[in-house]
Amino acid sequence: MAATNEQGLQTIAKIIEQHQTLPGAMLPILHAIQDALSYIPSNALPLIANALNVSSAEVHGVISFYHHFRSEKPGTHVIEVCRGESCQAMGSRVLEAAIKRKLAIDYHQTTIDQQYTLEPVYCLGNCACSPAIRIGDDIHGELDLSKFEQLLESLNTYSLELK
Amino acid sequence: MSPHSDNSSHSPKIYLSLDTTARSRGTDKVATQVQHWLDSQPQLTASLVRNGSRGMFWLEPLLEIETPMGRVAYGPVQPQDVSDILNQDCFDGVSQHPLCLGLTQELAWLKSQDRLTFARVGVIDPVDVDDYIAHGGFIGLGNALTKSAQQIVDDVKDSGLRGRGGAAFPTGIKWQTVLDQPPQQKYIVCNADEGDSGTFADRMLMEGDPLVLIEGMIIAGLSVGANQGYIYLRSEYPQAHRLLNLALDNAKAAGYLGQNICGSTHAFELEVRLGAGAYICGEETSLLESLEGKRGLVRAKPPLPAIVGLFSQPTVVNNVISLASVPYILSHGGEKYRDYGIGRSRGTLPIQLAGNIAKGGLIELAFGVTLNQVMLDYGNGTKTKRPLRSVQVGGPLGAYLPKEQWDTPLDYEAFSAIGAVLGHGGIVVFDDSVDMAAQARFAMEFCEVESCGKCTPCRIGAVRGVEVIDKITGKDTSDSQRQDNLNLLSDLCDTLEFGSLCAMGGMTPFPVRSALRYFPDDFLPERPNTTPAVGGSSHD
Repeated sequence: MAATNEQGLQTIAKIIEQHQTLPGAMLPILHAIQDALSYIPSNALPLIANALNVSSAEVHGVISFYHHFRSEKPGTHVIEVCRGESCQAMGSRVLEAAIKRKLAIDYHQTTIDQQYTLEPVYCLGNCACSPAIRIGDDIHGELDLSKFEQLLESLNTYSLELK
Repeated sequence: MSPHSDNSSHSPKIYLSLDTTARSRGTDKVATQVQHWLDSQPQLTASLVRNGSRGMFWLEPLLEIETPMGRVAYGPVQPQDVSDILNQDCFDGVSQHPLCLGLTQELAWLKSQDRLTFARVGVIDPVDVDDYIAHGGFIGLGNALTKSAQQIVDDVKDSGLRGRGGAAFPTGIKWQTVLDQPPQQKYIVCNADEGDSGTFADRMLMEGDPLVLIEGMIIAGLSVGANQGYIYLRSEYPQAHRLLNLALDNAKAAGYLGQNICGSTHAFELEVRLGAGAYICGEETSLLESLEGKRGLVRAKPPLPAIVGLFSQPTVVNNVISLASVPYILSHGGEKYRDYGIGRSRGTLPIQLAGNIAKGGLIELAFGVTLNQVMLDYGNGTKTKRPLRSVQVGGPLGAYLPKEQWDTPLDYEAFSAIGAVLGHGGIVVFDDSVDMAAQARFAMEFCEVESCGKCTPCRIGAVRGVEVIDKITGKDTSDSQRQDNLNLLSDLCDTLEFGSLCAMGGMTPFPVRSALRYFPDDFLPERPNTTPAVGGSSHD
C-alpha cells in the first residue's frame, strides 16, 4: 500500500472532518479521499479509524471488500472494461483480450508510463449498446478495437494539450 | 407558431438526450452543434433541452423538435446533419428530411407500450420541478398527504405491486410490516445498485425522471412514518449520480423535501449514497451493511429488514422501479395499476432488451407479453443478423432459455414454473456463435469474484465450479472423467443452492444448470463449430 505526503494528509484530515458526523460515514469518507487523491493511501487508515472509532484493520477490511477502492495510485486514465453477459454477447471476450494486448497489461495493472490502469467492471448499464467501457466518467459503447484505438489516441492528444 | 416571430411568447424546444447510453452514441456532440446553430440565429426564440431517453437506443442521437403538431423525431442524427435539419421548416411540423421519423408519439415501437412508470422519461427536463409538475408530477404525493398512513399502504396493496428488483415480494405487505412497528426512527432505502448485466431501467429512470423516484420515496416515508431516506446508488452510474443530486436540490428548494414538506407537518430528508463496485450490495441486507459503513456481508434473515433494518431500525428497502411506480398508483388509484398485467403479476414491467439485439432499449409493457414477441416484434432479432440461440433473462443469476421456452409470457409465476426468473426484466440475447459452456463457466467465475464470502458453498463452491467445468470441457478428459465431473457439478450446484444465505450462491446454479440441460453439446470436447464472428465467446 502506498502512502501520501503531508499535503495529502491535510486533505484527508479535512475530508474526515467534513464527513465524520454522517451516519455510516465510512464509504462517503473513502469515496471523497479517492476522488481527491485517486487512491486511498495507507497512512489515511489510522486517521479514519480514529475518527470513526473503529480499528485500522476494520478500515482495511472495508477498502479491500469493495472493487472500486484502490490502495495504489492508478495511471492517468483508468479504463474499465465491462465483462457482463450483455457485452459478452457482443464480442467483449475478444475485445478485452485485444485491449490487454494493446496496452500490454492485465487487469489491475498500470502501464509502465503510468498512463493507463486497466480494471474489469461488471456492467455499466449500457447493455443496449454493448460492448462498453468506461474511461473516467465517460461511457463508450458499441466498441471494437479500432474504436478503442481512436479513444486512446484522443486521450493522448488531450493530455499533451494540457502540458 | 413560427419561431421567427418576435412577438410570440412561445419558444419551441429542441430535445436531445443526456442519458448515458444516448451519450455513448454521441448526443453531446450533436447538442454542441445544435447550440452553435442556435447561437448563430439570434432572431430565434428556440432553446435546447437535454432530457432522458425514450429508450429507442438504435435511433440515438434522437433529436426531437417541438411543433404545433407535437414533437417530431429525427434519428440517428450526426453533428453534420444538424444545420440541414434545423434549416428546414422543422418548427412547423413533420419535414421531408431523410432522417425525419415523423411524430414521436406515433412511432409504433413507442406507441404500443404501456408507459406508466416511464411516462415522463425522455419527455421532460429531468431536474426541472415545474416541468415535472406540468406532466402530472406530485399529484400522487398531494393525494397521499390527504390520506392516513394505512390508506396509503392499502392503495399500494390494492395495486398488486411486487418488488421490481427481482424478488417480486409484494410491496404493500413490506410497507405494512414497517408501518406496524411502533413509532421510532424508521428509514426508506432505495436499492439503486442495479448490478445485473442486461439491465438499465433504474439508470434510465434516475437519469430521465429522478423526481418520480423522489416522490415515491416521500410517499413511502409518509406511509410508514419514516423521515429519512437513502438512495444507495452504484458507483458505475456517474450520470445518474449527478442528476439525482441536482433533482434532490431542486425538490428541496421547491419545498418537497426537508421539514414541513408541502406545508404539512411531515418531514422527509433524502440523501444519495454511493456504492463501491460490489454486486452483492444489491442484496438488501448486504446493502444495509454497506450503508452502515461496513463490508457488504449478507445478514441472516430473520430478522427482516422491515423490523431490524438500517442501523437496526425498521426499514423499507425497495428497488428504484418499485418506488417510482408508487406515484402513479397514488395519482390514478391502485385498481388502475392492477388492471394491467396477468395472474399475480400486476401492472407493468420495464423490459430491457440487451446483448446481441438489433433494436436494443427499454419497453414498458403490461406483464403477459411473451419473450418471442419482445425479442422479435420489438428487438427485431439479433444485431449480427445470425440466428438467435440462447437468451438469459433476469441477470447473471438467471437461467439461459432455449428456443422452446421463448413462448413463455413475462410473468413471475410462468418463469418460475420453467425454473427461470424474470428478475429485474433484463433480457440478454445471444446469437448462434455463443459457447454455452463458456457462459456456464462465467456464471461460476462471476460468483467467485462477487461472493461476499460469508457462506462457504458460495465462496469456495464458485472456485470449484470453474475448475470442474474446465475439467468437463478439457480436451484431455476421458468420457468417464467427464461423467464423474458432471455428477460433481450437479452435486456442487445443489450445495450452492441449498447452502447459501442469499441469491448469489443460491441462484448461481440457475445459469449453469440451464446451460447444461438445454445446450449439452457445448460441453463436449468436439463441440459444434462456433464461429467467433461477433459473439466471439471462445474459451480464453
